[in-house]
Amino acid sequence: MSFRIIGTGMHVPSKVVTNDDLAQIVDTNDEWISKRVGVKERRFSEDEFASELGLKAAQNAIADAGINPEEIDAIFAATVSGETSSPSMACMIQHGLGVSCMAMDVSAACSAFLFLLETAAAFFALHQEYKKILVVGTERISGILDFTDRSTCVIFGDGAGAAVLERGENYLDSVMTVKGGDDVIKIAHYNGNSPYFKKEQVSPYIHMQGQETFKYAVTSISQDITTLLERNHLTIDDIAWIVPHQANKRIIDFAAKRLGIAKEKFFCNIEKYGNTSSASVPIALDELAKSGNLKRGDKIILCAFGGGLSNAACLIEW
Amino acid sequence: MVQEKIIELLAEATDTDAAEITADTAFADLGIDSLDLTEMAMQLEEEFDIELEMKPEINTVGKLTEVVESLRG
Repeated sequence: MSFRIIGTGMHVPSKVVTNDDLAQIVDTNDEWISKRVGVKERRFSEDEFASELGLKAAQNAIADAGINPEEIDAIFAATVSGETSSPSMACMIQHGLGVSCMAMDVSAACSAFLFLLETAAAFFALHQEYKKILVVGTERISGILDFTDRSTCVIFGDGAGAAVLERGENYLDSVMTVKGGDDVIKIAHYNGNSPYFKKEQVSPYIHMQGQETFKYAVTSISQDITTLLERNHLTIDDIAWIVPHQANKRIIDFAAKRLGIAKEKFFCNIEKYGNTSSASVPIALDELAKSGNLKRGDKIILCAFGGGLSNAACLIEW
Repeated sequence: MVQEKIIELLAEATDTDAAEITADTAFADLGIDSLDLTEMAMQLEEEFDIELEMKPEINTVGKLTEVVESLRG
């Protein structure tokens, strides 16, 4: 279709918070979190907002691509935990890079990086003059976590991931699904102080129905991977890596089992960073790329799911 | 048939001898958590072509067997 990835980058805060550290704050322990979620530690920001994390990831991706920021024709970013609704994260990253290209955010929670890639593909098709697009997923998700709720605060982490896309033919196929509703995953905003508004304030944190999320995630990963393989007349042996959203190790393991795919095919780093929402796929992709285990010409599948509910997957030739 | 399948899935998930699991076995006694139950529910849905919603009151092998059998009609 319309691009290839020429650079990846990530940035996470320096503050490492272990499961034992969290056990000092909420009633939990390392064994429970490790077994049920697969996270050993995560990063929580002490002095960087989401746009600042995103800017550093973007700079790392730009350096990796070996280009000048001025070459970028558009910036698309995503977050659920930005320090501002306006300016968008993309606008703040554009400002930080000191460039003047168009910039906007796309909202699709944990699936957002896939939606950013699809948006970029559409813009490459629409604007023949566009040569390079920067995509960034960035989260200071600790800002929307309820640190008295042990069922959610142990899962997530802060971080940012980015990729530089260049006009090309390596975005081979994609599938995106939305089942709108707020009963399974919801991140509420502050209602404001209008004296006229009567609806009850929902606490402005992440609310998640664990079992329903698990079911949705496993089903969507399985369906999306199957669709991409069948539609492109491929078998799993043709795929070098699957890079899934790092939501919960058990989601990945159970999806692998249902699909009859070896767990080792799924790149996982959730144990180090937790669930970083829109940043998890680009962080994982950057670590995979830098590991030396990804070669030019390899076919990979990226897949994600989350609030919306939304889920998406794409097939890329590296 | 339904109960045998449930016992088989539980034995696999918990590394327990299937002979030790009966209709009266409570899920809590096997040390499994809500995600284990969700995984089992999804496998039963596939096996018996049903839609199964796990509720807290479905807490033993026998009760789950009854629910699955009623859903199969």
